[in-house]
Formats: sequence, C-alpha cells, structure tokens
Amino acid sequence: MSEPVTIAIIGAGPGGLSAAARAAALGVSHVLLEAAPHIANTLRRYPRAKHVMAEPAALPLRSPLSFAAGPRETVLDTWDDELRRCGVKLRVDARVTAIDGTRGAFRIALASGETLTAAFVVLAIGLQGNIRRLGMAGESLPGVQYQLDDPDEYQDETIVVIGAGDAGIENAMALTRHNEVILINRGEAIVECAEGNFNAAMAALEKGELECRHGTVVEAIEAGEADGFPLRVIANTPQGVERIRCHRVIARLGADPPRQLMESFGIAFPNADLDALPRLGAEGESSVPGLFVVGALAGCPLIKQAMNQGQDAIDRILGSPVEPVDEPMLKAKLAGFRHASSVAASLLEIQRALPLFAGLSAAQLRGVLLASTVRAPRAGEVVFQRNDYSTSFYSIVEGDVSAHVPDWETDIQLIAGDFFGEMGLISGRRRSATITAGENCTLIETPRRTMLKLLSVESVRRRIDQVAIRRAIHRYIGLFLEEHELDHLARSARIERYEAGAVLFREGDEADGLYLIRRGSVTVSRMIGGREVVLFYAAAGSYVGEMALVSGKPRYATVRAVGGSEVIVLDAAHVVWLASRHPDMRRQMDERYFDYMQAGEEEHRLATETDAARGQPENLVAFLMQQGIGEATDVLLIDLSLCIRCDNCETACAETHQGSSRLNREAGPTLANIHIPASCRHCEHPHCMKDCPPDAIHRSVGGEVFIDDSCMGCGNCMTNCPYGVIRIAAVNLGYRPPSLWRTLFGSGTASGTPPDGGCMPPKAVKCDMCKQLAAGPACVRACPTGAALRVSPEAFLEYARRKVDDGARPSLAG
Amino acid sequence: MQRPTLLGFNRHRHLKAAGLLVAVATLAYALDRPPVPSYGGTWLGYALGIVAALLVLRQLWLGVRRRHHGGSGNLQDSVSAHVHFGAALVVLATLHSGFHLGWNVHTLAYLLLLAMLASGVYGVFAYLRVPRQMTDNLGEEGFADLLLKIAELDERARAHALYLPDELGAVVMRAVTQTVVGGKVFRQMSGRQPDCPTRAAVRRLHEAGDPLDAAQSAHQRELYSIMLRKESLLIRARRDVAFRARLGFWLYLHAPLAVASVAALVAHIAATLFYR
Ligand SMILES: Cc1cc2nc3c(=O)[nH]c(=O)nc-3n(C[C@H](O)[C@H](O)[C@H](O)COP(=O)(O)OP(=O)(O)OC[C@H]3O[C@@H](n4cnc5c(N)ncnc54)[C@H](O)[C@@H]3O)c2cc1C
Ligand code: HEM
Ligand code: SF4
Ligand code: SF4
Repeated sequence: MSEPVTIAIIGAGPGGLSAAARAAALGVSHVLLEAAPHIANTLRRYPRAKHVMAEPAALPLRSPLSFAAGPRETVLDTWDDELRRCGVKLRVDARVTAIDGTRGAFRIALASGETLTAAFVVLAIGLQGNIRRLGMAGESLPGVQYQLDDPDEYQDETIVVIGAGDAGIENAMALTRHNEVILINRGEAIVECAEGNFNAAMAALEKGELECRHGTVVEAIEAGEADGFPLRVIANTPQGVERIRCHRVIARLGADPPRQLMESFGIAFPNADLDALPRLGAEGESSVPGLFVVGALAGCPLIKQAMNQGQDAIDRILGSPVEPVDEPMLKAKLAGFRHASSVAASLLEIQRALPLFAGLSAAQLRGVLLASTVRAPRAGEVVFQRNDYSTSFYSIVEGDVSAHVPDWETDIQLIAGDFFGEMGLISGRRRSATITAGENCTLIETPRRTMLKLLSVESVRRRIDQVAIRRAIHRYIGLFLEEHELDHLARSARIERYEAGAVLFREGDEADGLYLIRRGSVTVSRMIGGREVVLFYAAAGSYVGEMALVSGKPRYATVRAVGGSEVIVLDAAHVVWLASRHPDMRRQMDERYFDYMQAGEEEHRLATETDAARGQPENLVAFLMQQGIGEATDVLLIDLSLCIRCDNCETACAETHQGSSRLNREAGPTLANIHIPASCRHCEHPHCMKDCPPDAIHRSVGGEVFIDDSCMGCGNCMTNCPYGVIRIAAVNLGYRPPSLWRTLFGSGTASGTPPDGGCMPPKAVKCDMCKQLAAGPACVRACPTGAALRVSPEAFLEYARRKVDDGARPSLAG
Repeated sequence: MQRPTLLGFNRHRHLKAAGLLVAVATLAYALDRPPVPSYGGTWLGYALGIVAALLVLRQLWLGVRRRHHGGSGNLQDSVSAHVHFGAALVVLATLHSGFHLGWNVHTLAYLLLLAMLASGVYGVFAYLRVPRQMTDNLGEEGFADLLLKIAELDERARAHALYLPDELGAVVMRAVTQTVVGGKVFRQMSGRQPDCPTRAAVRRLHEAGDPLDAAQSAHQRELYSIMLRKESLLIRARRDVAFRARLGFWLYLHAPLAVASVAALVAHIAATLFYR
C-alpha cells in the first residue's frame, strides 16, 4: 500500500485536472488517478481537430490551468504542459474499481489490485461511462483497441471486430472500405442493433464484403508475428476453436454507466432513472461524507464549469470559504429587483414570495435564478401574446397580471405568488392566453428548459400540477365553475402519462372519465371491416372520452397516444354530475357527440368503399402518425402529384442558408402522393434540445426551433433527433447569394458559390423556417407548382381525412 | 387548405385578370371602326402593340424569378401569372396584327410567339400530368435506389456467369456491361434501349438446349431470375428517365425561343418605326 494522501482525485478530465492543479498549487498531498493512458480521455475522443468551445462566455474561469477556445490538440497540449510544470502527482492507467470508508479514511482500489488511502475523494469521472474491456489474456496488446477514431487510417489490414451491437457494426462497415473485416458475434444472429445497421450488415454479408462468425466467443488474443499477421484471436466457434490471424482487434462491448460504479461507492441517487445524477449537497458533497463530485457528473455539462468546480471542491475540502463563481452574475441579475440589498437577502425574499420555490435548496434556487431574468414590466405592458410559442415560465413576485382569453367573459387576475405559462410549458404548444402586467409588477421569467429540469423536484411538480388541473378544467370545458364544484372535480382528477402508441382506452371499455389532453396528442380510431381505422386526431388543448359519458354506453372508439402524452382524467361520475348542473356543458357535449357520430359514420363509409373500390388499405392518418407527424408543429410536405422534381426548394434553401441546403427533398417516407422530405418538423417537445451542452437550441415565439451561434458542434442534437434532419457542417462565412447580375449573365447554377470567406468550425445546422425572412420559408415560396407546403398537423389531418374521398389516390392537389 | 394547381392558383386570380384583359381588348377591337382596315398602325393597333410588348417583358421576368430566391413572393404565383398572361398575350398580338400576315419579320415575331404558346401549353400539360405518373412508377423508391439494385444484380450476375459456357456467359456479360439507362434526349424520351442486351439475355437464357451439367443449370436458372428482375427494374428506371425528360425538354425549346422571339420583336418594332 502506498503513502496515504489528503485528497485523491479520480478522473483526469477538466474537473479532475483543475482540482489536482489546485491541490498541487496549495501544496496539499494528493494523487490524480486516471484510467486511460493519458489525461482528458473524453476530450481525446472528440473528432480530430475539433474546435473546442469555451462556453458560457460570461462565466469567468477559476482554475490554475488555462483554458481558451481552440483546436482540441492545442487545449490538450496546453494542459499536458501546465500539468507537468505545476507538479501534479498524476497516475495514468489507474482505473478505480472500488471505494469504501468515509471522511478521513477512504480506501481506493485500483484495477491493478493496488489499494490507496486518502482523507478526501474528489470524483470527476465524467459521464462517458467505462468502456468494457475484453477481460482476458491479451486485452491490452498493441493493436487491440476499444474505439475507432478514423476508419480510413487503416488500409489493407485484416481486422477482427468483436461485438455485433450498433457500435461494432458501424465500425466494421466503415472498415470494409479498405480492409478485410471479420465480425465476431456472440449470439446466433445479429439482433442487438438498429434496423439500418442490420440491413447494412446483411447486405455486406451477402455481397461477401464482410465475414461474420456467429455463436462465437473469443477466449484470448495472442501476439506473435506469423506471415505478417501480428495478432491471433483464439475464438470458440460452433465448429470448434479457430485461430483467426489479423492485424488489429477492435472490441466494442459497450460501456457501463457510471451510476453502477458510483452506487458501489455508496453514493445515493434521487431516483431510479439510469441516467440520473447523484444527489449532492450545496457544496458538491455526495451522500458519502468527504466524497465530493464535480464536473459532468455534478450536472455541469461544460468544460469551464467542470474546471471551476474542481478548484472550488479543493478549497471547500480545505475549509476556505468559497464565494460561488457566479455570485457577480447573480448580483447583476437581481439588480432589477426592488428590494435588492444583498444577493442572499433577495434570494430569501423571492423564496418567501413564491410558494412554488419554497422547497428548493439554496443551490437549486441560485441555479434557477441564474438562468432566469427578473422583469419589471410597466402597467399595461403585454407580457406575452396568446398564440405565441411558449419559451418560458413566469412567477409573480410582486404586483399582479391579468389573463385574457377571447371567449371568456371576464379576464382573470393573478397575484403575487402565482405563476403562469405552465400550460405552454407542459403542452409545448402556443400560449392559450394573453397576459398583461398590472401596477408595480415584478416577474421572474424562467426558460422552459430550466423549468423542465425543475419538474423533477417533487414539490415543484406537485404544486404546478395542482394549479394546472384547475386551470385546465377551466380552459378545456370553458366553464366558470363555482369554487366548490372546481374543488370537487379537481380532487377527483388524476394525471396519467402514456408512451407513444399506448392505449388510453379501448372501444367497448367501460367509461371511466373524461380525458383532457395536456401534452402530446392522440388518435381516435374504430374497428371498421376488421381493421383499425383512425377517425380523428386530437392534440393538447382538447378532450376525448365524452361520447360514452353522454350516451352512458361503453366506449365508442379506441384512443391511442401518438407521442409521449399526458392527460388529466376527470372521474366519470363527477363529470356527469357537473353536466347535470350546467346545461351549457351538457349542450356542448351533446353537440360534439352528434358531430362525432356523423363524422364516424362518414369515415366508416369511406373506409369500406376505399377498400372495395381500389383495394388500397392505406390509412393515411395512421401512416402520418407513424412518421411522427403527431408531434410536429410545422412540417414540410410535398405533394408528389404536383412536384416536378425541379429541386428549386433545395436550391432556395441553400441560397438562404450560406449555400447549404437544410432540406433533402428525395429522402424521407412516401405514401401515395404525399412525401415527407427530411426537414425539421419543429417538434412540440424538440428531442434535439434535450442534451445540448451550451443550450444553443431554442424555440422562437413564432414556433421555429433554431440553433444559435453558441453551438459547439458536439453532435448530440443530431443523434437525438429521430427524424435525421440535423447535419454537422462547416458554415461558409463568405457565402453571398448570387446577385441579380450573376443570375442573368453569370455562368453555372445559382448556388454553389466557391467557398472564399473561410469556414467556421463545423456546427449543427437545420431548418429554421427562414425566420429571418418576413415572407416565410424560401422552400415553399420557391416551388413553381405549389407542391411544397408547410402545415401544422391539425390542419393537415383535417384535410387529409376529407381527401380520401377524392376518388384518386390521396394527394394534396385540389 | 386545398392545394390549387398552377391554373387554379389563388382562386383563379390570374385567369380572371388575364381574361378581363382579353375581353377588353376584344371588345375594343370589335367596336373600333378605323378608316383603314385594322392593322398595327391604327391607334388601337399601337395600344395593343404596346401592351403586348410590355407583357412580353413581364413574361421574360420569370426567367429571373426562377433563379433568384432572395426576395419575397411566391414562385407559384409568378408561374401562374406567366401562364395566363402568356396566353392573353397571344390573343392581344393577334388583334394587334389585325390578321395581316405575310412573309416578313412582323409575321416571324408572331409565329415565334405562337411557338412560345405551343411549348408553354405543352409544359403546363406535362406539369399537371407527369408528376403523378412518376410517383405511380417509382412508388417509395428513388431513381438512385433502382440503379443501386440494378448494380447489385449485375454483380451477382457476373459471379454466376463465370460458370456458364463461353457463349452463354458472353450474352450475360453483355447484359451486365452494355445495358444503358438514359442517353441522348430522344433515347431518354423513348424510355427504352433498342436491342436491350438485358432483354436479349432474358430471351437467350429462356431458350433451353445448351448442354449444361447440373451445376451449370442451377446457375442458369439463377441468372434467369436475376435478369428478369433486372429487366423489370430497368423498365421502371427508363420510364423515370423518360418522365423527367418530358418534364424538362420543352424548357430547352421554350427558353431559347424566348430569346429568339425577343430578337424578332425588336426587329419588328424597329422596322415599324423606321418605315413609318
Ligand atoms: C463530442 C463532444 C464535444 C464536446 N464539446 C465541448 C466543447 O466544445 N466545449 C465544452 O465546454 N464542452 C464540450 N463537451 C462537454 C465536455 O467534454 C464535458 O463537459 C467535460 O469533459 C466534462 O468534464 P469532466 O471532468 O466532468 O469529465 P470527463 O472529461 O469525462 O473526464 C472523466 C475522466 O475520468 C476518467 N475515468 C472514468 N472512469 C474512471 C475510473 N473508474 N477511474 C479513473 N478514471 C476514470 C476518464 O478516462 C476521463 O479521462 C463536449 C462533449 C462531447 C461528448
Ligand atoms: C411571349 C411569350 C412567352 C415568353 C417570352 C416566355 C418566356 C419564358 C421564360 C424566359 C421562361 C423561363 C425559362 C427558364 O427559366 O428556363 C419561361 C418559363 C415557362 N413558361 Fe413561358 N414564356 C412565354 C409564354 C408562355 C406561355 C403562353 C405559357 C403557357 C401557356 C408559358 C409557360 C411557361 C412555363 C410553364 C414555364 C416554366 C416555369 C417553371 O418551371 O418555373 N410561357 N417562359
Ligand atoms: S423552410 Fe427555409 S430553412 Fe426550412 S427547409 Fe425550407 S428553405 Fe430551408
Ligand atoms: S431537429 Fe429533429 S427533434 Fe429537433 S425539432 Fe426538428 S425534427 Fe424535432
């Protein structure tokens, strides 16, 4: 056992490096343990020559190490250099496998079997997980590797790829271009991969470009030059043991999420989600006293934040007071706050005024306020307009506001302590009311993304739901109920969440309540001629399930969630009771009942005729739902019966976007004459926003989802978008759309200007609906025949439903 | 949300406007009692001539609009106006001529205008008809998908052909190497290749009678199915090429004709002013 140290720092990423450098600078005994053979393994796995960004720009750097935006190689070289100079005790190839003990006496076990002791631990192992290794003789031989940076680096080699998951197949496929590749699969067939990879692998196998050994387990890897092959893989195949000679082995066995490892250290998590972050105190200390967590694991997804936390953690351990690095920023933010004496006092004041935030820890509240803006609108100023897209949530600290909805008789008054904007927050749709400020009003405007994160805090979620249910009853049923009626109804309500495709209720079921859709959308379908035919589509803001309540019979239709959806279920008996007291409500429900019956019959007729006449069972609405149109807010469609394939739409898009089109006309699914080209649909709850480290993806009030300049090209959004519409591309700054002169007398095509203004580092690009152009999307306007159109799903589905009757195949042409 | 076609755009707005123009011009022509028989030189003739010349300029503007996407406005709108006013223009020009035709530059300008009309009408016809046919032909697949599939079949065919007797193998290899999709304009438009080597290979493979052993027969059967499949893919691919040619070729007449007709128009105006 080696010499005990005061602080053991685990993981030499930005967080760990900064912590170690601080400890070294203060002369504290320490050790920095890194699993990889080099520091900053996560950065080293960025694409070659990636431009590393130093976001957020306003945040000061607090670390003995320097860090500035620049090419990955420069950042790494700088750190290597500075680390050596400041005397950090770094140990590479030192993977930590177990930690036990507590403050003052931690025992840290390494993969090599060695054990270290330390008084404190700073855990900075990042979120990338631990890549699984082969765990057998030869696992670390030269030529045995666990990742593939650049497939074109290898030429004319024989390469064994172990593991037929997505990563393995992707690597194998990329290598087949210049090499002989043998894929080793433990299972009897390729199953554990995405469909696209499966098809690609199957095609390559059939053509003989790829060899595969199924049902095969690798037992060892041996070194030894034989006929120019440096490695031998000993594989146990169904036919017996085979010695495969090769130049290189690439093992893609997946990664263990760090959660498991951390739980084995005794660290507690707030919930069961696999990707949850550990529960931390205000100082960054985990549930194990003396064990601090910093960096990506502590919920700070950026390098600079991780470095700051690293230094702060050391200072805290040593007992020196640490003023949060964001204190000046918070001070500036709260300057607009009327009672601001000190930051701490303002925070208290705010927490006292807002019951919603009462349950938050000091650190959480700071985080929320840092992301928020304090606003003091003049009396009469409009805070937001009905039908704007929701980008934020408001809490009223002081004063009042009034909410106006056209079909309400009177406006509603909201006072200090209330909040608003929750409906848009939950539904991802347009604002349902116009809000106007009253006298002496102070509001806190919190961005949607921050608020969504806060919803994981139980007290916040519960409080918002309570209010949201009452407001939803109001909005959806359009009734001003008496307070006791509302209470009664709200108490009976429950909130249900459904996965895409899940059934809310089935045709023939007993009716259990009225379903107010508050997020996502649903389809209403019936069995007609032995097939499930979709009759309607209903989105957040409307309700379903009233038919059976009106008729008293079993459910008339089946209702399914289109995307992930949430509904407020009002108990059947309560709704019937209420309807008996309110003739207006009764009338409204009856009217809908008859409308729907009629439309349902119509659909029935159509569906049967369509089948008989044309033998064409396609159900247009079902198809569009499958393609995810249900969660879109604005989707580009091409009517193939009008499209003359001139590609003007792409050309126009390129011309309005630095010469690169964000739309691929030919790609994408087609049904009959309706084609959905690969172009952003501006989802209600954009998947792309989920995991963007610099928070560069936003939604504008017009609804456009766009990416701003702080994008650092990490590619998360590209992976997260299920519709494949984001590309990482170099943006040509020198691009100028062709002038009229060039149009008339220049040669060549309009787009495709040679890059002459130098290129920005690659960034994520996607459709922004040409929000900079007042006239609207260029693609649609450039279409000579009107084949291209952008629509919301409601408008479109309403239309498509009628169109099936057209006699011809469904199309958009009139 | 009804999707109007080029002709019906914006509730027939351009049809109505152009129709009105034609109606006014015709009425004026019918009511006009010039001292001499109507021709370009009466005041009405001049008026019609000037309007028609302005309309020609308006027609030409589409060439710019089509290539310039920066501004506002909607190309469907422009094309719809172009089509309706193009037709109106021809009527105006006819009235302008007072039906005086002869072997001169004036009539040349007029004939070129008629040619523009003819090609334009063909274009509109193609725009309205061909897209549907293209979708029916290709369905969900793209042209590139077809070529890829054909290339894959070719590769498999190559492998099997090695096992066949030379003569039969050569027929297959010809199908692999010499089958073409597309070609010159007329070939494209026809949608077929005369003496298509793939067709020939299908026929040849179908004829029995080669002395083949059991293994070779298996290869021959396999090749027959490959070639059949390839032929049906070829038919679709060529049809797609033909459709695209039909959508595109007329513009290669229409655009140069536009230049020619403007030249003739300038000559016509110059001649008129000069010989007055
Ligand atoms: C593709 C991509 C691009 C990005 N671009 C940027 C950018 O431009 N700018 C920016 O600010 N941020 C960027 N980020 C985010 C940034 O990489 C992270 O915020 C940062 O690396 C987090 O630092 P960390 O110290 O918490 O963890 P990491 O950097 O992940 O470091 C963890 C270290 O711990 C080691 N380790 C893991 N397990 C063990 C163990 N059991 N024992 C010992 N050591 C272990 C790992 O090998 C690794 O070296 C990007 C992320 C990705 C994926
Ligand atoms: C004097 C008469 C006309 C002139 C000078 C004229 C000129 C032009 C020009 C310059 C173009 C653009 C070609 C290109 O960009 O390659 C064009 C396109 C076109 N013209 Fe005409 N035209 C005339 C009459 C007509 C008429 C009468 C019709 C139809 C009835 C017509 C239908 C079209 C169509 C459909 C297009 C294609 C538009 C597109 O695909 O974007 N034109 N014409
Ligand atoms: S709407 Fe604009 S950005 Fe989007 S595809 Fe069309 S042209 Fe491109
Ligand atoms: S990029 Fe993808 S996930 Fe994001 S809004 Fe567009 S379609 Fe949705």
